[in-house]
Amino acid sequence: MTDPSTIERHSYDVLVVGAGGAGLRAAIAAHDAGAKVAIICKSLLGKAHTVMAEGGAAAAMGNVYSEDNWRVHFRDTMRGGKMLNHWRMAQLHAQEAPDRIHELEDWGALFDRTPDGLISQRDFGGHRYARLAHVGDRTGLELIRTLQQRAVALGIDVYMECTVTKLFQEGGRITGAFGYWRESGRFIVFEAPTVVLATGGIGKSYKVTSNSWEYTGDGHALALEAGASLVNMEFVQFHPTGMVWPPSVKGILVTESVRGDGGVLRNSEGRRFMFDYIPEFFKSETADNEAEADRWYDDKTNNRRPPELLPRDEVARAINAEVKAGRGSPHGGVFLDIASRRSAEYIQRRLPSMYHQFKELADVDITAEPMEVGPTCHYVMGGVAVDPDTEESTVTGLYAAGEVAGGMHGANRLGGNSLSDLLVFGRRAGIAAAAAATAAPSERVSISDDDVTAAADAALAPFERQGGENPYSVQQDLQDIMHRLVGIIRRADEMQQALSELEQLKERSAQLSVEGHRQYNPGWHLALDLHNMLRVSECIAKAALERTESRGGHTRDDYPATEDDWGTVNLHCVLDDDAVSVRRETLPEMPDELRELFEEK
Amino acid sequence: MGYDLNMKVWRGDESGGELTDYVVPVEEGEVVLDALHRLQATQAGDLAVRWNCKAGKCGSCSAEINGKPRLTCMTRLSVFEPGETVTVTPLRTFPVIRDLVTDVSYNYEKAKKVPPLSPEPRQADGTYRMQQEDVERGQEFRKCIECFLCQSVCHVIRDHEDNKEAFSGPRLFLRYAELEMHPLETKDHREAAKAEAGVGLCNITKCCTEVCPESIKITDNAIIPVKERVVDRSYDPLVWLGSKIFRRSADD
Amino acid sequence: MTTPGPEQPDPERQSGGTGTATAAAPSGPLAGGVHEPTRADIGEKTLRKDRYWVTPAITVIVLVAWLTYGVVRVFMQDYYYVDEHHYLTPFYSPCTSTGCVEEAAHFGRFTPNHALIPFAVLSLPLLLVFRLTCYYYRKAYYRSFWLSPPACAVPDGHKRYTGETRFPLILQNLHRYTFYLAAAIVLINTWDMILAFGGDEGFGIGLGNLILIFNVVMLWLYTLSCHSCRHVTGGRLRHFSRHPLRYRWWTFVSKLNTRHMLYAWMSLGTLALVDFYIMGVAAGWFDDLRFL
Repeated sequence: MTDPSTIERHSYDVLVVGAGGAGLRAAIAAHDAGAKVAIICKSLLGKAHTVMAEGGAAAAMGNVYSEDNWRVHFRDTMRGGKMLNHWRMAQLHAQEAPDRIHELEDWGALFDRTPDGLISQRDFGGHRYARLAHVGDRTGLELIRTLQQRAVALGIDVYMECTVTKLFQEGGRITGAFGYWRESGRFIVFEAPTVVLATGGIGKSYKVTSNSWEYTGDGHALALEAGASLVNMEFVQFHPTGMVWPPSVKGILVTESVRGDGGVLRNSEGRRFMFDYIPEFFKSETADNEAEADRWYDDKTNNRRPPELLPRDEVARAINAEVKAGRGSPHGGVFLDIASRRSAEYIQRRLPSMYHQFKELADVDITAEPMEVGPTCHYVMGGVAVDPDTEESTVTGLYAAGEVAGGMHGANRLGGNSLSDLLVFGRRAGIAAAAAATAAPSERVSISDDDVTAAADAALAPFERQGGENPYSVQQDLQDIMHRLVGIIRRADEMQQALSELEQLKERSAQLSVEGHRQYNPGWHLALDLHNMLRVSECIAKAALERTESRGGHTRDDYPATEDDWGTVNLHCVLDDDAVSVRRETLPEMPDELRELFEEK
Repeated sequence: MGYDLNMKVWRGDESGGELTDYVVPVEEGEVVLDALHRLQATQAGDLAVRWNCKAGKCGSCSAEINGKPRLTCMTRLSVFEPGETVTVTPLRTFPVIRDLVTDVSYNYEKAKKVPPLSPEPRQADGTYRMQQEDVERGQEFRKCIECFLCQSVCHVIRDHEDNKEAFSGPRLFLRYAELEMHPLETKDHREAAKAEAGVGLCNITKCCTEVCPESIKITDNAIIPVKERVVDRSYDPLVWLGSKIFRRSADD
Repeated sequence: MTTPGPEQPDPERQSGGTGTATAAAPSGPLAGGVHEPTRADIGEKTLRKDRYWVTPAITVIVLVAWLTYGVVRVFMQDYYYVDEHHYLTPFYSPCTSTGCVEEAAHFGRFTPNHALIPFAVLSLPLLLVFRLTCYYYRKAYYRSFWLSPPACAVPDGHKRYTGETRFPLILQNLHRYTFYLAAAIVLINTWDMILAFGGDEGFGIGLGNLILIFNVVMLWLYTLSCHSCRHVTGGRLRHFSRHPLRYRWWTFVSKLNTRHMLYAWMSLGTLALVDFYIMGVAAGWFDDLRFL
């Protein structure tokens, strides 16, 4: 038993869980709005998954193509998301992204420039105009470093290597959070009327993923258990180009910029197979021959885009089909070739970290030979259902921003929309949380000792058992199930099997035991994270089983067509008696002036 | 083609510890971090290792391999001789927490001292104009992934604990250099680099540059230019005289 | 290891070595540093197994050999000028001693002739200080002579360390001035090189000229690739875009600067080579190979 009076306690107005782009931006916004803010993060500050974002941040600044504006960006985002996005989020995102990018420069960001000194913008899949503000191929690092340095300069409290395992509530309102220091294993309690979840995604539930160990769906699970609903969980984005060899780096991302800067996909026969996979929906804007596709890089006005730059879901499916048809590369991917199309000097200047990554990890010189790539689990479109303007969930005081929030990207996210999403909605969540926390400063409900004791006991349970399951092997089995049965291509019988296997895993995970003591014990940390991964996996499998159509990041072998009826339905996962249930909700109606954007031409 | 790798891994905490022998089955193409993960999953579930991206982009998995500070995720096993024992210890410059994890808060404390950017006002259209050639120097420094290998290898603090107070280390010198070269910055940070960060303690023996996994030319492109700027301000009577006579700033 | 289980560790655990047996740091001159009690308790000073001492050892050998040769030559006060071909060794340029032969003294003879005063007393100390304060040589001798540190992740050979913050090492900051003056001396060496084309029998070219040219080229490359040069030509600017010419200069010097170490050693070698060659010809050990 843990004596609650010995546990470290802190009190804040706004508690931000997660220190990636969204969390840092939320904390800065809340601080600027006058709130007392703390950031809690599982890793060291500045290590969050945002650093992995490579290509850029999409914002219709019109620096390269003056025809670009928020309406075009909005339209691209909705079309990329197969019209399942929350229109209001897509609208706010497209409208506010340019300002969010510009303010990063106030804080020291150094983006690549156009000849007249403005922020340069690059092409990416699904974006009609070159729109991604970037720094070589390390834009995410630039973004997180800028925000990190800003947060440090503002003196915001950061609790590093600290994991939240439970949110406290009283009368339906958030009252705080419970966590542990990874370093010492000691517990910590935060009293706060508002919590902003910015915990990122769920990729660690899959075997081949570009995501790090942190991506265990903590925020998704915390929200679910607090009573919020998760929307669009069936939509998981498999990035078309991850490394496939050597085995130890399988899944590590190969940025879409390789294709944006001229790289093409070929199968083992040397054919640019993407021309065979252009869907009806994108026919009018995609080149159908190599000559036109190649001209597009220099003349975007009179040519249509190469099919390699179709949205990610289309490209991932095409690669998957080529490999299945026996036209894959030696290590089970396809070839991504930029070496034969661009000079070595150009490649090294535009894609320095890709060059470095392949050289160091795979011993491949991308300026001289093609890369082998294949799909990798990259991003979850689904997340906490929030109010578009404030990012508050259905639970009072609980906010979510970034990947952990749902709705913005619909059925498929466009490359580059993630970094701008973090900034736009991180800021909105921070402002709204600060306003809510400081507007009603009345009597704050303190957290009861019973709640604290219960949370502490739950966290310590794996130490109490002897000779139970090893958390590492349960995690491996979970990743295997999700990869095999709820992966890129899905079928009803396989998903049913996945659900029954997940049930078995739940039982096994209730019997986890860990060796050693509480000080920096990764086995214990994993045991606690597994709980969240299982919850999220159940949501994905159940929602995917429910949606009997194919759309965006959800492809059904048994229901290959996209159905109009499903085009107006969102699936929400909620927790009912410790089991996930799925309910259908109608998509919010888009106002006419936005609808018209899709009807012209 | 798998084989058995002989490893020595330091296990312990601040009260003591030792190099422990392990034999780990590994595969072709793997890196040291893969071997550590396999160790964790099969033989030592509580082995403390800090890591995140496993792609050389986050700078979490720093340790010392056969005595040299390196990222474990970017050290391929193929660089070792067959049969060679791979020894992995925590960074030996920072206090140890447990096993391969050290307390790197020194670096975060030093980061708090770096002044924020004080940019000139925006243009009338709400943008900043900067030329590519003016941002490139700073961009090199901003490639830093904060793995703190340079901090760890720097003998100024590695071998002289008492210098930690006065010396910020190579990673932070990148920050001062960046401010000094930032096209929008309006303030002078030379005195801060000298007095607060202690750039004078650096004797440019270049180990920081040698270990940088991002190949940032820390010494040539950041530290020496900062030292030269300090010379401009503190040790160069000609420049000093010129600035008095012509009343112009030295860094227009 | 401590006992497994949720009650560990004691939240009030003592930090530092008190009460623990294994944390006792070794005493002696190298206690501290990597053996500080808070750091991982590893007995060895370094776990590097490669031959990290080779580079500093070679540095010591080469520099000692060169300096010995240089001292011997400077105080030899003979065989520094080949009258027939007007070859003057850089070790004696500018030859300003009243002891210099008149033909070698292009800038007059006014410094005292004394066995302990080099004939080129105006340039030699300056060049010595230029190289001593050079950012590359500093690295080389701090590592090899002063073992501070001998190699990366190998402990410093000294207990205390104040870097370049105090006298005398704070004088390293004077590198800038020695650069200005060293550049002037390379101009003199260049002038010597040009004069060497006109021997007693008018214009001519011999192997000595080629060596002199090679040496002067190396001296220029070394001097122009200097970090201080890089700073003053453009590095100190905040906006390259407002100074396009200086930006081009800086880009050129930056390219040279990446090879500063190479030029440092090459020019050291060519200095000794040209001096030895001139000494040999002047002493009559061998004849200059003439092409024209």
